[in-house]
Amino acid sequence: MTGSEMSVPWLTILAVLPLVGAVAVMLLPRRDPDQAALPKQIALGFSLAAFAVSLVIALKYDSGDSRFQFVEQHNWIEAFGAHYAVGVDGLGLLLVLLTTILTPVVILASWRDADDGRWSVNSFFAWMLALEGLAVGVFAATDVFLFYVLFEATLIPIYFLIGGFGGARRSYAAVKFLLFSLFGGLLMLASVVGLYVVSSDSASGPSYLLEDLMKADISTTTGRWLFLGFFIAFAVKAPMWPVHTWLPEAASEGTPGTSVLLVSVLDKIGTFGMMRFCLGIFPEASRWATPVVVVLAVFSVLYGALLAIGQNDIRRLIAYTSVSHFGFIVLGIFALTSQSQAGAILYMFNHGLSTAALFLVTGFLVSRRGSKMITDYGGVEKVAPVLAGVFLVAGLSSLSLPGLSPFVSEFLVLAGTFTKSITAAVIATAGIVLAALYILLMYQRTMTGPVRESTRHIRDLRPREVTALAPLLLLIVVLGFYPKPALDVLNPTVDSILQHVGVEDPAPTVAADEGGS
Amino acid sequence: MSDLLFLIIAIPLASSALLLVGGRFTDGWGHLLGALAPVASFVLGLVAFFELEGGSEESLHQHLFTWIQAGSFNVNFDLLFDPLSALFVLLITGVGSLIHIYSIGYMEHDERRGRFFAYLNLFVAAMLLLVLAADYLALFLGWEGVGLASYLLIGFWQYKDTAAVAAKKAFVVNRVGDFGMALAIMLMFATFGTMTFEGVSAGMDKVSSGTATALGLLLLLGACGKSAQVPLQSWLLDAMEGPTPVSALIHAATMVTAGVYLVTRSNYVYAQSDTAQTAVIVVGLVTLLWGAVIGCAKDDIKKVLAGSTMSQIGYMMLAAGIGPAGYAFAIFHLLTHGFFKANMFLGAGSVMHAMDDDVDMRRYGALRAALPVTFVTFACGYLAIIGFPGFAGFWSKDKIIEAAFGQNLIVGIGALIGAGVTAFYMTRLMIMTFVSEKRWAKGVHPHESPLVMTIPLMVLAGLSVFGGVLLLNGWIVDWLEPVVGPEVHQDLPIPALAISLLVLALVVAGVVVAWMLYARQRIDAVAPYRVSPATRAARADLYGDAFNEAVFMRPGQYLTRSMVYVDNRGVDGAVNGLAALVGGTSGRIRRWQSGFVRSYALSMLGGSALIVLALLAVRLS
Repeated sequence: MTGSEMSVPWLTILAVLPLVGAVAVMLLPRRDPDQAALPKQIALGFSLAAFAVSLVIALKYDSGDSRFQFVEQHNWIEAFGAHYAVGVDGLGLLLVLLTTILTPVVILASWRDADDGRWSVNSFFAWMLALEGLAVGVFAATDVFLFYVLFEATLIPIYFLIGGFGGARRSYAAVKFLLFSLFGGLLMLASVVGLYVVSSDSASGPSYLLEDLMKADISTTTGRWLFLGFFIAFAVKAPMWPVHTWLPEAASEGTPGTSVLLVSVLDKIGTFGMMRFCLGIFPEASRWATPVVVVLAVFSVLYGALLAIGQNDIRRLIAYTSVSHFGFIVLGIFALTSQSQAGAILYMFNHGLSTAALFLVTGFLVSRRGSKMITDYGGVEKVAPVLAGVFLVAGLSSLSLPGLSPFVSEFLVLAGTFTKSITAAVIATAGIVLAALYILLMYQRTMTGPVRESTRHIRDLRPREVTALAPLLLLIVVLGFYPKPALDVLNPTVDSILQHVGVEDPAPTVAADEGGS
Repeated sequence: MSDLLFLIIAIPLASSALLLVGGRFTDGWGHLLGALAPVASFVLGLVAFFELEGGSEESLHQHLFTWIQAGSFNVNFDLLFDPLSALFVLLITGVGSLIHIYSIGYMEHDERRGRFFAYLNLFVAAMLLLVLAADYLALFLGWEGVGLASYLLIGFWQYKDTAAVAAKKAFVVNRVGDFGMALAIMLMFATFGTMTFEGVSAGMDKVSSGTATALGLLLLLGACGKSAQVPLQSWLLDAMEGPTPVSALIHAATMVTAGVYLVTRSNYVYAQSDTAQTAVIVVGLVTLLWGAVIGCAKDDIKKVLAGSTMSQIGYMMLAAGIGPAGYAFAIFHLLTHGFFKANMFLGAGSVMHAMDDDVDMRRYGALRAALPVTFVTFACGYLAIIGFPGFAGFWSKDKIIEAAFGQNLIVGIGALIGAGVTAFYMTRLMIMTFVSEKRWAKGVHPHESPLVMTIPLMVLAGLSVFGGVLLLNGWIVDWLEPVVGPEVHQDLPIPALAISLLVLALVVAGVVVAWMLYARQRIDAVAPYRVSPATRAARADLYGDAFNEAVFMRPGQYLTRSMVYVDNRGVDGAVNGLAALVGGTSGRIRRWQSGFVRSYALSMLGGSALIVLALLAVRLS
């Protein structure tokens, strides 16, 4: 680590910048909502600055190197072996980028959403920035203790965002979310403590550093118990069936921007954690748990999709589609092939974009009519064609239409899974039919048909709203045709994960003679 | 030319993007740009075609860039212009150009004409990718692209509920087919480690017959969706909600034939599995009769033509299922059908244009005088489809029926009957529309369409008459040989001439019966209510929708509703209860609210203690 201490601590800067912004926004004098542009502008400025820093990191990142980059490491609590240690590989980098791309988008999209909240406009945007900083920390942490602390810390801003600004049942939703997360966090804490016990036993003394724990000698039984603590915490976060029930409430009650940060960014901590910590520290236990996890994942795919079809609340519908999508991600992780895992990482990124676009555009729709119920709409395409067009593209990306980025990730997950378990792949593939149903039914019921009295006066998207959505749609299309930049970054990471877990891709059953390739 | 292949796709794609982004700003000239794009692609296609025709190469290739790479999974955007794709490129851009030009007139009064052309261009680009891709996954991208364009265009007038529902139905039913396609591609990857045509074809002779059959059936499922073959046929008739040029281009001449393309392209798969081949034949045979029967009972002119499209694609599918003896004729019929069916759909559009968008043939009649050009051109299409000697359809259908007899007597007889029924329903359509007495609604004053619409009709009519030249000296058979292999000679149970005469006899019978029933008797302006069960079944599309509703939709609705109920009560309740139990407080969340910090701290401690104890216990043992 000697060389890296001299260099610029890019990741720390990236994590601290939004936190500083949060404090700054919070300290600003509170004003009437009508004159509250300043805190919003400052918040947007900080999030854009963070985005710029993340771009620097992305450009400096060497995709040929599978090791952690931008590494910083300092002792923190020596008695525990806890460090302040950060660094990113392909997985971390993509999720950090997702966070820094979505935060300014969300801030811009939520410009007026806090104006009639229970609490001040300042606090809304401050919590958003705080969340961004903590999320960056979570995705960059390479010390389990640091990760755990940040993991729990992210609950605070999102709890206040849901509980302070949102629908009628926001308190219930916020508390329910918190309880589920605390329950998961508790199990993880137990495992974190367990890791201390294991690692303090080693010759070099206790260490929470990921690289040390990856090498630690953990007995089979112990490893499996500790694995479960982490896995359940991540499954709650992801969210997987049957611990998903907090999500529809939380995603439906928060503001659209909150839901984006929750579902597109924070929930990724679950699948991120599975790859980083479950597979990293407990490779044996991960292989052991694979059959059950794969079954749960496939079940989640279909369960989330069927539930989505049955919803009338637009926001709950999107939440359930995410249960289905997270099923695909978990399936990809635990199918343990290069394709499925590359697909899973890319899926985390793409799902973030696609779901953000869906939440935001439906949020704009709901804000115009004041109802989240699908049955209250109809014929919107005729009066607001741009809104309808964006809604359709976002929806098509959610159903993984080829040509849009989620298709690439979903197909990689399925193709990789197929080489391991045909049954799992076949059942999960049925999800593509259900996806067409839940998206197109919603689109048909809200956007098409004759214009109704209640929708006649819905106005089309404003320039600010289009500006917020445009980068998302652009990325969705570009990465649909040219996912190479993302795949180049994540493929080496996948290779090293699989090597660490000790699995190899099944060879094709028939070696084809590739004559002219 | 190899280096410019991408332009064939890129031109309409760029035009589409420009029109979509430009929106209202393109209103003045958007339709011209939109119509020019496929013409440009057609010219490029012709250049490539002649290069291929005159040169020694069997195909042209272009590597664009790597699309997806992960581990050994590697998919490139590679284009392949071989004899098979060459014919498709010319069909798509040639007939496509004519339909675009026609649309300038047909959509003149639609305020969203620019958008219409954007979607049409998008379709053309996606369809060209479908036939130019050198890899199944890239083909799938085009495959889904045309599906999207079809969705957008069926629902073009989506302020009508019927159009919006039809669009969604088409997409969802196609997704069932895509399920098969997607699995086929995964199976290819798992089996061969590659999804290129080249790689799969090279490895096919080494796979087990089970794998070959699975591949064949999965691809067939995809083909059934796109080509509206039984059992995934139900969307095509509803798709007639789209503007008529769309029906002509997408739902008659090109997109719906993609299934036939897929089977023909994958001939090396079907060569390894008799079961899969038989399945293709059965699907084709059933659909050709199914569509024909539906065509007999419909009064909506577009639905008659749609039933007929299903039926004719059934013929192509049947021919493709027969294998090397049939592939060339499947493609031959696909081309001639593309000419005469586009011709008739556009003709139907011209009739609708004259009749204030009425589609009910019971309110037509005696239109030959009012719409002379439409009548004559439509008649060319009519003679072609029923197989009047010398017309395009005569050559192509005759060959398929002959191949069907070579395959199996029952298949042959089925194909033969189909020809008779086709003659019947098409004659019925002609009589109800152009002959018989006037039954026009009040205030309708039919007038011939403008030249921008009738010139494409004339060109297509010419192709319907002379399309048979493709068979001259067996040209198309020789042309396709590099792709599908040499034609296999079949032993026929009866001489080929006898088959041709039989076909002719049945066609005459069909025409005569229709003449007796419709030209010699009064046609009711309102469809008769008391009809035979057979007619009723045919009017209800042979209960395809009823079946889907009873077997899939109703139970599906019941399932999702009960799951929503269980999720809200059961799963949520159980998890809440469990959470409460773990925390040691009673079930209600509200109670947690006041004391959650304390209980958290408490349970944190308890949990940690438990795990430490567990660890110690493990280490002791």
